[in-house]
Amino acid sequence: MKKAALIILVCANLLIAHTCYARDNSILVQSTTSTANSGLYDYLLPLFEDSTGIKVNVVAVGTGQAIRNASNCDADVLLVHAKTAEEKFVSDGYGIKRHNLMYNDFIIVGPAEDPANIHGLTDATTALTKIAANKSIFASRGDNSGTHKKEVQLWNKTSIDPTDNSGKWYRETGSGMGATLNISIGMGAYALTDRATWINFKNRANHQILVEGDDQLFNQYGVTVINDAKCPDSNTAQAKLFVDWLISTEGQTLIGNYRLKDQQLFYPNSQTEQ
Amino acid sequence: MISFTEIFSEFTALLAGPDPDLLEIVFLSLKVSLTATLLACLAGLPLGALLAMTKFRGKWMLTVLVNTLMGMPPVVLGLMVYLLLSRSGPMGFLQLLYTPAAMIIAQTALVLPIVTALTRQLIEDSWKDYREPLQSLCVTPMGCVRTLLWDNRVSLLTISLAGFSRAISEVGAVIVVGGNIDHLTRVMTTAIALETSKGDLALALALGFILLFIALFVNAIVYGVRARVA
Amino acid sequence: MNRLLPLNISNVHFDVDKRQLLHAVNLRLSSNGISVIMGHNGAGKSLLLRCMHGLLQPTAGSITWADLGAELLETRLQQAMVFQKPLMLNRTVAANIYYVLKQRGKSPDLCQSILATAGLEKKTKQSAKSLSGGEQQRLAIARAIATDPAVLFLDEPTANLDPQATRQIEAQIIDASRQNIKIIMVTHDIAQARRIAGEIIFMHQGTLTEHSNARRFFDQPQSDAARDYLSAYIN
Repeated sequence: MKKAALIILVCANLLIAHTCYARDNSILVQSTTSTANSGLYDYLLPLFEDSTGIKVNVVAVGTGQAIRNASNCDADVLLVHAKTAEEKFVSDGYGIKRHNLMYNDFIIVGPAEDPANIHGLTDATTALTKIAANKSIFASRGDNSGTHKKEVQLWNKTSIDPTDNSGKWYRETGSGMGATLNISIGMGAYALTDRATWINFKNRANHQILVEGDDQLFNQYGVTVINDAKCPDSNTAQAKLFVDWLISTEGQTLIGNYRLKDQQLFYPNSQTEQ
Repeated sequence: MISFTEIFSEFTALLAGPDPDLLEIVFLSLKVSLTATLLACLAGLPLGALLAMTKFRGKWMLTVLVNTLMGMPPVVLGLMVYLLLSRSGPMGFLQLLYTPAAMIIAQTALVLPIVTALTRQLIEDSWKDYREPLQSLCVTPMGCVRTLLWDNRVSLLTISLAGFSRAISEVGAVIVVGGNIDHLTRVMTTAIALETSKGDLALALALGFILLFIALFVNAIVYGVRARVA
Repeated sequence: MNRLLPLNISNVHFDVDKRQLLHAVNLRLSSNGISVIMGHNGAGKSLLLRCMHGLLQPTAGSITWADLGAELLETRLQQAMVFQKPLMLNRTVAANIYYVLKQRGKSPDLCQSILATAGLEKKTKQSAKSLSGGEQQRLAIARAIATDPAVLFLDEPTANLDPQATRQIEAQIIDASRQNIKIIMVTHDIAQARRIAGEIIFMHQGTLTEHSNARRFFDQPQSDAARDYLSAYIN
């Protein structure tokens, strides 16, 4: 019995020991996956942590889930790419202020055989129309993420409702970007993805970029500090320090300097109009 | 597609240079899943034994419920623990979300029904032989629980191993309540999920094999222990 | 004199779903020695044994030991029972003895001498489940005696044992009886009953039909049922 009591004590200690470093001098970022998977945080965060001593913990999920988690106050900073949803988040009182952080672009990838013959198009809506007309398989995130929202916007401009064909040529994976790309490669399907994820993606098989360079494919990342009026437990002071650093000249220069496979992934633009 | 030589070279690279990041992930996996299994056994073994040995109204319903909970999808359980531990949830003040403690809580809840249900079945079968002799000796109810648990120690070790296997291999619960935060809550399964999402299937599979090796290591230790206590 | 005697059973009934498994059983046991319960299968022998030991509660009637009244737990603590298929705890032979010594708050040092009496002193470290059938039963009886009981119940202790093992068990039972332990046992082995019984209790269809000195029972059985039972085994 004494032994059992001892074991319970040890376990309770283990549990409690972890609680201490969760909040003190650390902030929690709910982030979209592309910024995390591209290695940007591995490059940026140590620089911030070394100069301020503040540890930045990143939870990388789809934009939709990141916003939901942050609405439950499980974040100090929100870093996603869905401007309308972010602005609603701020106007609902969860965020103090949204800042433009950086941008890159979306691309449409697909099999080299290109059954819908969209290669080289610079108009994304035309490309989607051709895919639909040809009933070529298209893999959609279907998870309310930033990329999914962008895709829905593009479909709306074509006046085609692809969900009428859900399960036929229009496949909603309900998964993250990486999983959706893996699926599209397995099925020989077209997919919309952000460029950062694609550059960093290893399992490309014979998929390649087919459509790029359309202004409609602009991908804006924004960053928001969680409002302590709504979430009293949040670490607003240190979150502000972090966001201010990201949008400062120093942070912006660092973002612009980040390269993966000799390619620039993100273009800083915090100085532009909101 | 990826070739097996590719997986193998990733695997040997992981083994050859004991990368501190990898070791950190391996140790956290072991710490979280072993602690969760231990806690689940401390509660589940006596609970299962009591459920087997006592008679009360609605016992069959509780039994069916516990058996059903064995099939709890980890991600659903993760969501329930998330809602509990979220800062806006009832236990938010503990500030446990996105810590290893939250992962231990989730996995304990995941393993507990397995340990309880399997223990109940085992002890119920054995109790048929033990009930009268122990009653004849006037052994107290708690004494009966201890006697039956100890006499079934070999099978119970296998049951705890089944619980550990469930914990170390699940990803749904730990990724929701742990958040897969680098250097804080990243474990083997969430790392595998991450590499899969990056399309690095070779690295993901190599990590998978390392996970299997860890499981093999734990199983071998338990096998040794079992031979000694049998 | 034995501290639990006399045993008084008066008008005991045991019904299950309106079937009368024991019917108006009256019995008084007042002296030490070996009492053997005999009768056909289903006559209620094991049931009566379990009622005496307090493992089962009779539907009606009373069972009292000495003047202890109905305190079944109190009397059961001073009794021990060996079952037809003895329970071997899944541990060593010695640990099986330690277990009951600890239950009764006795010194573990007694273990060696107890095992020596049962002829198991060379097997102390062996797993109890690996013993032969005869050895298991000897260990079960030694374990029962280790609780220092006033009464020892045995339910067909030598069923399924070979003649040599049976003789060893009988020697153990007689030895226990000489140490002032009242023995109440069930057996189907008529030769065994002739060898060791002091008195016979004969049961037939839930009723106690005879209770007499063993020699008289075997020479001149009083009831038809007993005569029938004995003749079946002789032929």
